[in-house]
Amino acid sequence: MPSDLVYLDHAATTPMRREAIEAMLPHLDQSYANPSGSHRFARQARQALDDAREVIATVIGCLPGDVVFTAGGTEADNTAVLGAVQLRGGTAVCSAVEHHAVLHAVEHVAGVVVGTDASGRIDQSRLSATLEASGPDISVVSVMAVNNEVGSVTDVAQVAALVRRLAPGALVHTDAVQAANWLDLRLLMPHVDLLSLSAHKFAGPKGVGVLVIREGVTVSPLLIGGGQERERRSGTQNVAGAVAMAEALRLADLERDSEQDRIGVLRDRLVDRLVDEVPHLRETVAREHKVAGSAHVCIRDVENEALLYLLDEAAVCASAASACAAGAMEPSHVLAAMGVEREWAGGALRLTLGRTTTRADVDRAAEVVIAAVKRIRAHIGARP
Amino acid sequence: MHDPESVHDPESVHDMKVLCAMSGGVDSSVAASELLAAGHEVVGVTMRLWGGQSDTGCCSIADVDDARRVAQQLGIDHLVFNFTEDFDTHVVDPYVRAHQQGTTPNPCIECNRHLKFARLSERADLLGFDAVATGHHARVIEVDGAHYVARGADTEKDQSYVVHMLTQRELARTLFPVGHLTKTVVRALASAAGLRTASKPDSQDVCFITHTGGRAQFLGDRIPFRRGDVVDLDGNRLAGIESVELVTIGQRRGIGLPGGGPKRYVVDVDTERAVVVVGTDEDLFDTEVHLDAMTWAVPAAGPSVPRAVLVQCSAHGAARSAIYAAGMYADGVIRWDEPQRRIAPGQSVVLYDPTDTYVLGGGIARRVLPSVVVRSTDG
Repeated sequence: MPSDLVYLDHAATTPMRREAIEAMLPHLDQSYANPSGSHRFARQARQALDDAREVIATVIGCLPGDVVFTAGGTEADNTAVLGAVQLRGGTAVCSAVEHHAVLHAVEHVAGVVVGTDASGRIDQSRLSATLEASGPDISVVSVMAVNNEVGSVTDVAQVAALVRRLAPGALVHTDAVQAANWLDLRLLMPHVDLLSLSAHKFAGPKGVGVLVIREGVTVSPLLIGGGQERERRSGTQNVAGAVAMAEALRLADLERDSEQDRIGVLRDRLVDRLVDEVPHLRETVAREHKVAGSAHVCIRDVENEALLYLLDEAAVCASAASACAAGAMEPSHVLAAMGVEREWAGGALRLTLGRTTTRADVDRAAEVVIAAVKRIRAHIGARP
Repeated sequence: MHDPESVHDPESVHDMKVLCAMSGGVDSSVAASELLAAGHEVVGVTMRLWGGQSDTGCCSIADVDDARRVAQQLGIDHLVFNFTEDFDTHVVDPYVRAHQQGTTPNPCIECNRHLKFARLSERADLLGFDAVATGHHARVIEVDGAHYVARGADTEKDQSYVVHMLTQRELARTLFPVGHLTKTVVRALASAAGLRTASKPDSQDVCFITHTGGRAQFLGDRIPFRRGDVVDLDGNRLAGIESVELVTIGQRRGIGLPGGGPKRYVVDVDTERAVVVVGTDEDLFDTEVHLDAMTWAVPAAGPSVPRAVLVQCSAHGAARSAIYAAGMYADGVIRWDEPQRRIAPGQSVVLYDPTDTYVLGGGIARRVLPSVVVRSTDG
C-alpha cells in the first residue's frame, strides 16, 4: 500500500497480516502436495490442513469435523441456502439486508425475504408472522450477524430462539462474514446450525472461507466430485489458504477485545467530527447497534459517485453500496430495506476501519470528506 | 479556469484535465489515446445507462471490460458512472411516450443531449475536469469568435447530426479527438497501439433494444398496443392493423395492404384516433417542415430573418437546401427549395451553413396534419 493512501474500506477486504502470509508461503512453495494423496509428502499437507481446521474450530466453538473449507463467503452462503433447500425442499427465508450471496440465493429458490427495522435488523414481528404462516414448510432461515454495509449487529440468538419455537424443523444459518473481527463466535455458534466465514475479511487471503455445518445437520453439497470435505464439498483443498486463514482467525480472536476498543475510539473521533462539521449529515445506524469498525453516514443531496471520486483523488479509499458487474454503483438494497429516504440514500458513504487504521488516517479522511462535500455543495449552489 | 478560445483545439493546448467518455468502441479508445498523445491528463469513464436487458449497443458488460482494458493499457484511470435513472427519465421514458403519440424519436440524440453533454459534462465540471471528450466523428471549429460543431473529416462516418444540440457553453469544453481522422486512420491507430478494440465492429443499434426482441417487444412490454384502421387520403378504410404505435411515416410494408396494387406509403399516423393514412409516393412530399424545440449553436443567433441553410434529417441522410424562417405556430419553419419526402414527426432536423461545413442549430419535426375524414371504420 502506498504510504500516502488512507484505506478505510476494511469491510470490502482487509490487508493480509504478515503472520498469515508467512504461514501460507511454505504451502505455496516446498509443501505443495495434495492433502488427499497417500504418500508421506501428502500426509504433511494433510496435517497442515487438519491443524488449520482445529484452530478454526477452537475459535468458532465447534467440532473440527464441522468445519468445511470453501472458496470463500459466497460459496459458504450459497451452500447453506441452496443446499438446505435442495436436500429438504421447502422455503428459504432471509432478511432484506442480507449480502447478495444469501439474498440472491434465497430469491433464486423463490424464498421469502423479510423486512427490517430502521437499523437494518430483521423485523422480528414480521419474521414471526412468516414463521407462523408457513413454519413446517421452512427449511432454512438465514440472518446475518453483522451487516456489511451499515455495520448493524443482529441478535442472532434471539432470532434463532424465535425460529426454534415457531419453525422447529428449520435450519438456522448466519452469515458471519463481517462478524469475526468484532463478535466472539463462540457465543454465536451455539444458536445456529450453519455459519459462514470469509478469510479476507479478517486479514487472511481471498478465495478461502468456511461453512460450519453443525454435527448432525446435513445440506446438499454445491460442488460434486471427489468429496474431499467429507462429501459436503468437493475439490482439492486450498491448503495454503486454509493455513493462512487459521492463523489470521486465531490472531483476530486474540486481539479482538483490544482492537475493538482502539478502533472504536478512532471511529468515534471520525464520525463525531463529520457530524459536527458537515451540515445535513447523519449516522445511518446508532453506534450502540453496530460494530466498532463501521462509520456509515448519509449526506443529504450529495451524489456518492462524485464524492467517492473526490475521496479517491485525495487517496482516501472508501465505498458506498455494492457495485454491479460493470463496476457501476448500485442503489443500496440495505438502505432501501431500512427505509432511508432517497435524498439521504444517494449520499451514502461507508468508511470502515480495521487493524491497520491509525489516528492520522481518520483525521485525514475527515478533512477530505469535509472538503469534498463543501466542494460538491458549492457546485450545486452555483449551477445555472 | 481554462481559456475557452483554445479549448477546442487539442493540438495547441497540452495541459488540460480531460474526462473521456469510453464506450468500449474503437473511436473512444483512440480518442483517449489521442488526448494522451497531445499531452493531456486523461481519465476514462464508461456511463452505465441502460439497466435492463441488452444484447447490443454500448451498455453491455463486455463493452465496459473493453473500455477498462484499453484504459489500463493506456495507463489512465477508468471510472464507471451509474446514470441509469437519468437515462430512463430522459431517454427511455420519452422514447416510449413518443411511440404512444405516433412520433418517431431518436433516442441516441436525446442521450447525447441529456446524458453525455449534460449529466456527464456537469459531473466533469464538479470533479475539476477542464473538458469532456467523446469519440464522435465531429469537430469543433471557431467562426467569427463563436464555436460550432463541424462535420467530421470522414464524410461517411460524420456524426455532427447526433451532436448538433451543443451550444457555446458545452462547445467550449467539449473535445472530439478523432473528428479530424477518417475511420480507416482511427482503426490503423488503434491497431498500431495494439488496442483490443481495433477491429471491433461499430455499434449501430439502440442500446436498450435487443436483437432478439426488437422494438415491438420492447414497446409491447411497456405500453398496450392499439388496433387501428388503415385508410386512404379520402378516408376509405382499406385494412386493419394490429398496433398503430409501431407504424412510421414512409413505411410501405406490414400495414396489411395486399400486394400487387399501386405502391402505398404511410403518410400519417394518428394514434389518438388509431388511424394510419396511406397515400402514393407523391403524397409523401412536402414543401416545408415545422420544427419545435429549436436549439442554436449561438443561442441568441436564431435568425430573425429568413436565411438559406442546408438541412439534414437523419444520421446519414443527404443535406438539402432550404430557407429557414422563424415560425408563427412552431419554433421555426423549413421551406425546401425542392419538395422533399416527409420527415417523420419526432425526428431531429439539423441546419448546416450553406457550405455544409458546420451546424447552425436543430429542432424536432412536427406532425403534418392531413385533413382526412374516415368514412367507414367497420370491417
